[in-house]
Amino acid sequence: MTFLSTVKAVAISAALAVSVALPAAHADEQYFPLQSYRVGPYAAGGTGFFGGFIDYLNLINIRDGGVNGVKLTWDECETQYEVERGVECYERQKSHAGPAAWNPLSVGIAYAMIDRITADKVPLITVNHGRTDSTDGRVFPYVFPLLLNPYSETSGIVNYIAAKEGGIDKLKGKKVVVLYHGSPYGKETIPIYELLAQKYGFTVQQIEVPHPGNEQQSQWLTIRRAKPDFVVLRGWGVMNPVALKTAVKVGYPVDHIIGNVWSNSEEDVIPAGDAAKGYTAITTQASGNTYPVVQEIVKTVYGAGKGNLEDKSRIGSVYHNLGIVNGILNVEAIRIAQEKFGHRTLTGDEVRWGFEHLKLDPAKVEALGAKDLFHSINVSWDNHEGEGYVTFQQWDGKKWNVVSDWIAPDWALLRPIIEKSAEAYAAEKGIKLRTAADADAVAATN
Amino acid sequence: MSAIATQLSPAAGLPKWLAPLLLIAFAYVVVPLIGNSYLFEAILLPFLALSLAGVGLNILTGYAGQVSLGSAAFMAAGAFAAYNFNLRVEGLPLAASITLSGLVAAAVGIVFGLPSLRLKGFYLAVSTLAAQFFVQWALTKFNWFSNDSASGVIDAPKLSIGGFEFDGAVGRYLFALTVVAVLTFLAHRLVTSQTGRNFIAIRDNETAARIIGIPVLKTKLLAFAISSFIIGVAGVIWAFAYLRTVEPAGFDLDRSFQILFIIIIGGLASIRGAFLGAALIVVFPLVLSRLGGFLLGDLFDSGVLDMSQRIVLGALIILFLILEPDGLVALWDRVRRRLSLAWQSS
Repeated sequence: MTFLSTVKAVAISAALAVSVALPAAHADEQYFPLQSYRVGPYAAGGTGFFGGFIDYLNLINIRDGGVNGVKLTWDECETQYEVERGVECYERQKSHAGPAAWNPLSVGIAYAMIDRITADKVPLITVNHGRTDSTDGRVFPYVFPLLLNPYSETSGIVNYIAAKEGGIDKLKGKKVVVLYHGSPYGKETIPIYELLAQKYGFTVQQIEVPHPGNEQQSQWLTIRRAKPDFVVLRGWGVMNPVALKTAVKVGYPVDHIIGNVWSNSEEDVIPAGDAAKGYTAITTQASGNTYPVVQEIVKTVYGAGKGNLEDKSRIGSVYHNLGIVNGILNVEAIRIAQEKFGHRTLTGDEVRWGFEHLKLDPAKVEALGAKDLFHSINVSWDNHEGEGYVTFQQWDGKKWNVVSDWIAPDWALLRPIIEKSAEAYAAEKGIKLRTAADADAVAATN
Repeated sequence: MSAIATQLSPAAGLPKWLAPLLLIAFAYVVVPLIGNSYLFEAILLPFLALSLAGVGLNILTGYAGQVSLGSAAFMAAGAFAAYNFNLRVEGLPLAASITLSGLVAAAVGIVFGLPSLRLKGFYLAVSTLAAQFFVQWALTKFNWFSNDSASGVIDAPKLSIGGFEFDGAVGRYLFALTVVAVLTFLAHRLVTSQTGRNFIAIRDNETAARIIGIPVLKTKLLAFAISSFIIGVAGVIWAFAYLRTVEPAGFDLDRSFQILFIIIIGGLASIRGAFLGAALIVVFPLVLSRLGGFLLGDLFDSGVLDMSQRIVLGALIILFLILEPDGLVALWDRVRRRLSLAWQSS
C-alpha cells in the first residue's frame, strides 16, 4: 500500500464513519435554546440558574437516556441580561431544529420575545418572574410565568406575615414598610400592597431606593421613625446587602425584614456578613442539597465530571435549585406532551400543550425526587402560573433554613385584577381571547 | 501626489449621486430577496437604527462641535413620545406620530442644549449627562409614560402607513430603511447648506464665527434640535421596528457611549461615517461571537467566550484608532483612491 492510498483509505473510512454517525445524531432530539448570562452585573444569578437547568438536563440524558429515548440538547448564547443581545440570540438559536421552550430569565428579554414566540408558536417560560398578566392564557397562549408571578408573591408575603402574627385578622392595625428598587420591576407590586393593606386593615408605606441602591441611609432613617412591624425588601443586586447592613446600623431588627423572590439568594446575604443573620425571604424552591434529585445530580452528573457549576459549593444554592426546578418543569411538560403526541421530537406548539397540562401534585413531585424542594404545580390552558406555593427561609449566617410551611397566595383575589390587565392588553393589541377549544388545537409543524 | 489624487477622485466620470442611489436600490430590491430573518432582525434593523442615531449625533458633534453624552436619552424621548402619541391620539397616522415624537425629542434636546451656550467641551459633555439621567428617571418614575403598565415596559404598536402594514421582519426592515433613507437625505442636504456651514464655522472657531455674523446661540440650539430630532426618530425605529418593546433601562449611558463610538470610529463630520461606524459596532461583535462559539464553543462556556471577545474587540478598536484616527471614512476613501489609481495606471 502506498502512502497515498493509505491516506485515501483513511479518508474513505472516516467519511463512512461520519455518514453513519450523522443520522444517529439526528435521531429524535429536543433542543433547548439557552439565552444565558454568565458575565455582566447579573452573572451570579445567571450561572446558578443556567447551571442548575443544564445539570438537570444532563441528569435526564445520563440517567434515563433522555425523555422516553428523546435526547435533550441545548446550546448557550450569552445575553449579559441585555435586551438586544437576547433578541440576537433568539434569532440565532431559533433556526435550530425542534426548539422546546425559551427560558431567558430576564423580564426585558421576555417582553421583546412575546410577539416573536407567539408568531413562531414556541412557549416562553418566565419562572418566578415575568409579566403578571401573562398568567392569563386566554391572551398569552405561549407565555408561562410558572410557579409565581409578582402579584402572587406579594400575596404570599402578606399571608406569611399574617401567619407569623397569628391569623389574617391580626393584621389589622399593623404597619408594613415596602422598600423597593427604583425600577419597573420594583414598582410593579405597589398597587397590590395598597389593595391588600386596604383589604386586611394594615397600613403600608412604600419607599423607593434609586438604582443601584448602594446608599440607603435616609430611607432607613425614615423606616426607623416609622417603626413598622415588618419591612419587605423588594430589592435587586447590590441593594439587598446594603439594605441589611444599613438596617443593622440604624437598629432595625433584621428578623423583621422579609425579602422577596429576587432578594432571596446567597449572593444577597453573604456580602452583608453578620448583618444578614436572621433575615427571612420568600422562595418557591427550598435551598440545600439534601433533596434526592439534587443528590442524584451530584452523584450522576458531577460524578461523571459533567457538572456545570465551577464552584461546587454552589450546588443546592437558591439559584441552582431554581434552575433544577425549572428543568423539572420543562422536562415534565415534554413528557406529558409526548404521552399525547408520541415519543419523538415535539413541535413548539405541542410542548405548549404539554405546559398547559403540566400538573404535578405533591406525590408526583416526591416521585421526581423533589419532595420539599418545591410543592406542586397545576397549570391549565387559562392559568399559566399554575398555583405555585411559597415557603420562607431564614439565613443563619451560613445557610438558609426553611422556617414556614408551604403557603398558598390568594389566587382568587388576584385573578380578576390579572384578567382586567390582560384584557386591556388584548384590546390594545387587537388580540382575540382564546377559548379552551383553541387551546386544544395544536400545530403539528413549527 | 495629492493633486493627482483629487483629480482622479473616485467620482471621476460618474455623477456623484449614482453610488448612493445604487446602494438604496440594492437595499430595497436585492436585500429583501436574499436575506433571511436573522439578517433582518439581528443585523440590519439595529444597524439602521444606530446608523440614524449616529447621523443625528454627527450633526451635533461632528459638524457643530458640541459633545453630547445624552443620545440615548433623546432616543428614549422619541420612543416613548411615539408610543404615547400612538396610544392617546385616536386615528393619528404613524408618520405623524413619528414626526411628532421627533419634535418632542427636539424640544428635549433644546432644553438640555441650553448649557451649551455657556459650556464647552468636557463641561458640556458632563451637562448632557444630566439629560441621560433625567429622562431615564422620569420615564421610570411617572407611570403615565408607560400607560401605567405594571412593569413599565411598553409594547410596540403595529406599523402601518396608509393602510399598508409593515409586518414581519422584511416589512419592518423596509419601514426602517425608508425612514433612515429620507432622514439621511435631509441630513445630507442640511450639512451642505448654509446652516451646515454655520455649524462647521462654530465648531472650528466660535469667535470667528460670531465676527462674521453667524448667530451662535441660535445655531447651537438649532444643532441640538435637529440632532435630537433625528436621534429621537432613531429611538422610534429601535423600539418599534427592531426590539418591538422598550423599557427605560434599554436607553442607558452605555447606549449613549455606543453612539458616540460609532461616530468616532466611523469618522466625525461625515454622514457615511455613521453608517460605517454602526456597521462595525453592530456586526463585528456578532462575527466575533459566532466565530468564537463555532471554533471554541465546546471547550469553554459562553461566559469565558464573551469575555475574550470583549478583550479582542477593545484591543482592535484601540489599534484601529491609533492607525486611523480619522475613522473608517478616511480608510475607505484611501482604499478607493488607491484602487482608482491602480485602475488608471493599468
